[in-house]
This record gives sequence, C-alpha cells and structure tokens, in this order.
Amino acid sequence: MSFDQTTTTADGRTIGGPVMEVKNITLRFGGVTAIKDISFDILEGEIRAIIGPNGAGKTSMLNVINGFYHAQEGQITFRGETRSRMRPYHAAVSGISRTFQNVALFSGMSTLDNIMAGRALKMNKGFIWQMLRYGPAMNEEIKHRRAVEEIIDFLELEHIRHTPVGQLPYGLQKRVELGRALAAEPSLLLLDEPMAGMNVEEKEDMSRYILDVNDQFGTTITLIEHDMGVVMDIADRVVVLDYGKKIADGTPSEVQRNQAVIDAYLGVPS
Amino acid sequence: MTAQTAPSGDLDTVPKLLARNAREMGGKAANREKEFGIWQSWSWAEVEEEITALAMGFLAIDVKVGDHVAIIGRNRPALYWSMVAAQKIGAVPVPLYQDAVADEMAYVLDHCAARYVIAENQEQVDKVLEIQDKLPALEQIVYLEPRGMRKYDHTVLHALKDIQDEGRAAHERFLPELAARAKTQNYDTTCVMLYTSGTTGKPKGVVLSNRNIIESAKSSSEFDDLNAGDSVLAYLPMAWVGDFIFSIGQCYWTGFCVSCPESEITMQNDLREIGPSYFFAPPRFFEGVLTAVMIRMEDAGKTKRRMFSYFLAHAKKVGSNILDGKPVSVGDRLKYALGNILVYGPLKNRMGMSRVRIGYTAGEAIGPEIFEFYRSLGINLKQLYGQTEASVYITIQPDGEVRPDTVGVPAPGVEIKIGDNGEVYYRSPGVFVEYYKNPESTASTKDAEGWVATGDAGFIEESSGHLRIIDRAKDVGKMADGSLFAPKYVENKLKFYPDVLEAVLFGAGTDKCTAFINIDLSAVGNWAERNNVSYSSYQELAGHARVMDVIQHHIEEVNATLAEDAMLNGCQIHRFLILHKELDPDDGEMTRTRKVRRRIIDEKYADLIGALNGEVEEIFTKTEVTYEDGRKGSISATLTIRAAKTFPRRAKAA
Repeated sequence: MSFDQTTTTADGRTIGGPVMEVKNITLRFGGVTAIKDISFDILEGEIRAIIGPNGAGKTSMLNVINGFYHAQEGQITFRGETRSRMRPYHAAVSGISRTFQNVALFSGMSTLDNIMAGRALKMNKGFIWQMLRYGPAMNEEIKHRRAVEEIIDFLELEHIRHTPVGQLPYGLQKRVELGRALAAEPSLLLLDEPMAGMNVEEKEDMSRYILDVNDQFGTTITLIEHDMGVVMDIADRVVVLDYGKKIADGTPSEVQRNQAVIDAYLGVPS
Repeated sequence: MTAQTAPSGDLDTVPKLLARNAREMGGKAANREKEFGIWQSWSWAEVEEEITALAMGFLAIDVKVGDHVAIIGRNRPALYWSMVAAQKIGAVPVPLYQDAVADEMAYVLDHCAARYVIAENQEQVDKVLEIQDKLPALEQIVYLEPRGMRKYDHTVLHALKDIQDEGRAAHERFLPELAARAKTQNYDTTCVMLYTSGTTGKPKGVVLSNRNIIESAKSSSEFDDLNAGDSVLAYLPMAWVGDFIFSIGQCYWTGFCVSCPESEITMQNDLREIGPSYFFAPPRFFEGVLTAVMIRMEDAGKTKRRMFSYFLAHAKKVGSNILDGKPVSVGDRLKYALGNILVYGPLKNRMGMSRVRIGYTAGEAIGPEIFEFYRSLGINLKQLYGQTEASVYITIQPDGEVRPDTVGVPAPGVEIKIGDNGEVYYRSPGVFVEYYKNPESTASTKDAEGWVATGDAGFIEESSGHLRIIDRAKDVGKMADGSLFAPKYVENKLKFYPDVLEAVLFGAGTDKCTAFINIDLSAVGNWAERNNVSYSSYQELAGHARVMDVIQHHIEEVNATLAEDAMLNGCQIHRFLILHKELDPDDGEMTRTRKVRRRIIDEKYADLIGALNGEVEEIFTKTEVTYEDGRKGSISATLTIRAAKTFPRRAKAA
C-alpha cells in the first residue's frame, strides 16, 4: 500500500490508505448466489456505508468480512494479510468487532457485564485464577473494569450500569451492544443496521456516538443502514449493492446521483 | 444598613476561607465526584492546589478584575473550582442555568457582558457558539469535557485542563500578580452574580457581596450546627442561590464535603451511596420520591403491602412526636423501633436519607401529608423561606417547632415586617447589593433603609411568631363578588394528589373559579396499567374519560375543604380541563425552577380560558411547543371541559 494516499476531510479527520480490500467475493448458499463478484476497499479512519434494498446481500457481505460466512470465491486483505477463509475468532483477534442487526446481548446480564464480556479476548489469566478472583486475576479485572467504565462514560450508560439489559428499551440495548463491540478496542468496527427500529431522537444520538467513536478513537467504521438520511450525513463513502451485485461506489452525493442506484431504489419504469 | 465587623482571622473572601481550610484541615475530603463508577475524592489541600492552578490559568488568558466569567453546566467539582478561581483573581463568577435554551442564555450573557464562558461540554459550547454573534463582549470559551470537540476551531476555545496546566507551568511568574489580585478583594466586593429565574419579565442579575454570602453561610451554619463532618450532595442547579450557599458558602465556611453525582439521571442512586447528613430539595423532589415509593408498593406482594401500611400508620401516629422529643409511651416507642427495623430503615435507605440529620425544603409550599410522611419516618425535614436577594435565608424553622403550614421564624440576623397590603419585607446582612445595570428595579425593591420587598403576601402568627405565606402579593386578587382569590393556595391543595403534577387556577375578576390540570404521567400511567386503561400517548391519557373522572373526584374533594375555609371558599373550582401537554420551561410556561408563569399562560391559552368561562363542553386548540434542541412544532387537540361539584359556603365564624 502506498503512503501518499493520506487525505484530510472537510471536518479535519485524517483518512489513510486501505485497511481492507475485498476482491471478487462470491458467496453461494447451495444454488442461490447471495453475493456475486464484489470488490471494494475500506480506508483507514473512514466511515464506510454499505446500502441497498432488502435482500441485496449487505448482511451477508458483513458476515463474510468478519469470517462468519466463507466465500466460495475471492479474497479479503486485512492489514496486508490476505486470506480466503477465516474464523470469527481470528477476525476478533485481528481487531474486527461487530454489532448485530437483531440485538444479540446476554439479556439476563447487566450492562456492565455485557460490556465486560467484550473484553474476554483481552483477559489472559487462566480459568482457575479467574475463579479465585484473587491476586493477578483481580488486578486484571480492575484494569479491564477501568476500560469498561470509560466506555460507559463515553456512551453515557452510567444510569443503567447495573440494570439487566433485557429490561432496557431497544434503543439503549443497541447502545450497550455498541459498547460491547468497542470494549474489544477494534481497529475496524462493523455495525449492522445500528439504527434500525429507532425513533428520530435515538437515531440522532446514535449518529453522534458513531461519529464520536470515529473521531475520538480513530476507529474505521463500516456500517449497514437503511435510513438514507443518516447514511448521507455520516458516511464518507458508500457502496451500493443490489441483488448481490455492486452497482455503485463513491461519496454520498455521487451515489445519490447515480442512475443505477435510483433505479434500484425506486424501480425501473418498464 | 447597620455597620458590621469583618469576621475574625480576616476571613472576608471565599478564597481566604479556602486557604484557611487547606491550612487547618488539609487532609479532609472537600469534594467528591463519581466518575468511571468510582467516587473520586479531593482533600482541601488538593482543592486549593487545583483552584490556584486554575486562577493562574485564568491570568494567562487575561481575565481582569471585575470581569464576568459565566459558568454553564451541571454540578461538577471543576466548575465549582472555576468559580472560586475566578474570585481569587478578582473576577465575578456568573453561573447560568444549564438547561436554558440558547436564546435565554443570550440575554444573560449579553446583559453581564461576559468575556469568558466556562461550559461543561459540547452541548453547552454549541449553544454559546450559536448565539456568539449576539455577544460582542465574548472572547474565549473554555470547556470541561473534551469529547466531540476535536474538530472545533480552537482559536477561541480551550480545554479547562489545558488552562489549568498553563497555570501550573507559569506558577512562579504569576505569584506576585495573584497576591496583588487578592488585595483588590474585600468584604464588600462582589462574590457572585446570580440571575433570578424571572417569574415576571426578564431575569435580573442579583449582585451578592462577600459579606452577603459569608454572613449568611455563617449564621445558618451556626443555626443548625453544621460542621466539617457533614456531607451534602450537590445536584440542584448551580445558578440557583441555594446551591451557591450550600456548595460554596457553607461548604467553605464549615469545611464539609460536597459530593457531585455521576450524571443527572444517576442522582437518586448516588444519593443512596453518599447518604448525605444535610439535604436540601424542593417540594417537587419529595413529592416525586413519595410517588415512586407508593407506585412500587402498589406493585409489591400482599404481605409487604400490609406490613408497609401497618407500620406507616403507626409512624403517622407517633413518628413526628418522637422526632420532636415529645412524650410517647414505651409501648409505642418499642413498636416504632420495630417498624424502624422492618420498614422505615430500609425505606430511608432506599431514598438515600438514612443519615439525613437536617433536611430542608423551600421554594414552594409542601403538602402537609408529604411533609408529615417524611417526618414520621424520623427524617428531620424542615421548611425555610428565602430569596436570591436575601442570600437565601429569610425565615427558617427551628428544631422542635416544625409545622407544615408555616415557614418558620426570622433567620438569625433577619428582621421582618409586614406592609400595609400584607406584603412581607425583610432586612438582613444577606441583603443583596443591587440588581446589575438596573437601578430602577433596585430602587423599587430595596428602600433606603435596606428593607426589601419579597413580593409575597403573608402574616406573622401571633401565638408562635412564625411567618405564614399566603401567595404572591400580585397574584392575590379579588373575584367579581369581592371575595379573596389566592390561586397558589388552591393549586397546592390539588398538587398534593400524586396524580396532579401541576394546576393553574383562574378567577381574578370573574365570578367563578376555573382550572387547568396537568396529570403526572408516572402516577396516572401506573394507575392506567392497573385499571386496564390503554393509551398510546400523554395526550391520549390526559384526555381519557376515566382519568377525567379521577381528577374530577380530586377537585370535588378540594372544593369540599375549601368550603370550610371562611376566607377562601370563593375559590372553589367550577369548571376544569386537563391540558394536552405538560407545562414546560422550554415553552416559557414555567420558570427554570418550575414555577408557573401566569402571564404567559394567560396569553398562550386565552382560547382555553375563554372556553372555561363560557358554556362549551369541548374545544379544539393548537399549541406551539419547543423541543429541547430549540426547534419548534405544534400539537393540536380537542379538549373536554368538565364541571365539578361545588359546595355551599359555610356561614362565617360558626
């Protein structure tokens, strides 16, 4: 990757070279082709949106990126490392975190414990030590608790620290899930419809958190979103999928003017 | 005013009190704040170091003697330190209500010509930036929380931390200047300027001198024997005079510890963790806590519920007497002790009031039932009556003379007289210097001899010497038939029902009283849940026929008690409606301290008031609302008007 690709956005953020390159990915489930020959890249520090009508293959694409699905063809290069097959565990270890379209939290556990779970990968002490919760294991827990408390502060979750997440309203659960993803200190954060089912105010809050994460921690973010207004406001670049194919790629305004995109969303007059 | 001497040891400014505390109890906790889930603590010595560094940082950004430094944010130690740091270099801190919308802030910031604003976070900075063009005097904005601020133009923006570090680096260089600045301050220079919430018209800047603050803090601390061992939770708006007296005045005078909650919504939880010994809250807070407790009890199991009501009934019988040290039989005492283990103790712990030694409520009248409820649990809740212009204290209830219907005897050093029209006047060392840039208002409020008009009508009870407040002097009116109209008195009676959040009474100059009601969403919502009343919005619930029935029942009960009152039986409510929206400070309908602004309501809801006075049973209305971010919208609704039963007047003096 070349070093002369660093650019600065209008609002003063630095965007570097590609952290991830997706090349010619094809994903089939039996006879159904979910994704066909898709290529795009994600640049360091940017907010990259993947949009498209229902069934376009957005979530499948995200699942391929974090190793949940394995593509039959094509390859993914993440931070210089090329692979065609990867397990979610490896994705997590190499710095990719994600949230899910349908909230996937431990509903009986508190907000604190859920976010703490996001740090599981960073805990080194063995099972016995952890059980005893003594000495080095205690020190480790304190260290991680501090990191978790910073996330709680960042996402303004103080008031529900000890509330079981199952009792929380949907918008807050989404925020807790974002917190858990952040707990792993990812360099690439994948958000699957972070604003689905939210009201306008919750959407505004979530947008602000996403921008703040990107700004404060320099985290590269890839998100899938249905709300076009949100995407146009916060994304630096947008990939548009339709029926498993890439139909457009560019800045929000370019994509908005693209005829193929307009056709895909509004239908083609026959 | 009579001449007063400066206190011993030359403690004539807040920074000097700070120096004394750091010297005499340097290791004792002065401030606490919950951050990252842990209570962080600062000793007096550490607080002095922080404040000195801040003061020097302010020198570095060229804050001059007499400059106004506006402070906007919720209660945070760093913001309190900023106020004292400003005082240390001769500047005047001006705390603002943090939930004010940008336009309201513009008036105050422009009026005091603040050169510097210290804002808590991005939200507050955004508001100030939005109105920047209207503020020619504004030079620098300082923020406490760096979050989300990286992209801002930092030529006029600074992090408070950076300024403090700059102050630390320049320590030696600024020492002589700091000493010189300290010499400019004395007992009669300005300590703080606080804007009154403005029930009427524009806010006025009340200038309070070091004398006002320190004398008030001193005499009130002595009155209740406050000492360094006490602990308080600072959660009321920093712009309010009470918070300044408690969290700065009394805190620096006695050296007690002020704790700040983690965030606004965790206050109740933080209260429980801190367990303050000295606690202040407006009646609304006590009502809210009681409502929450009652709702929880309604959802509790049968055994718990029976135990709760059994012991509460016993507390009602003997609790207040035990607290007042009156004779109570041994059997009743034992039963009360048992109740304390089973019910009162856990309940107080839940409310965060296990350790409250002295509790105060003020600002509005509190319902006798609510007041008695807390006292019967053994919480020494008292009332006081005060104003910004008096540095809080006018009257105060001494231990053992606590009653729900009076506001107590004159506070130490305060003289009181009642004017010909029934208005209450006072004179004390706490009386404010002037309204900033407003000599006319100063002259009309404070006369040459130092007597200040409160604007409240009241009388002194001959038997006990306690002051009783009836209403705002200008709100007390006459109805068409000449009988007395005291809206607040009736509204308070209504507000004592948990279902009623707010009530506004109309009737001056007409022959029949009418009222607006605001329902309390949590109380009525819970009731609706238990009674299978379904609703999708506040508006729908407010308009529900069965909710109307409940409210009508409350109103008729109030009417029945009013009929007994020879003076006020003309105030019975004939017709009422339930408003489709909550009265809100953002819409200008209430002040930031949540007092109803009658004039604005009269204008805004003229159509509804007209309908109440007429004969119609339904009215369509459209109301403009302001959202929290300042955008405007409107809601419309068709409201039902109901007639309530009234009771015949009893013969006078039966």
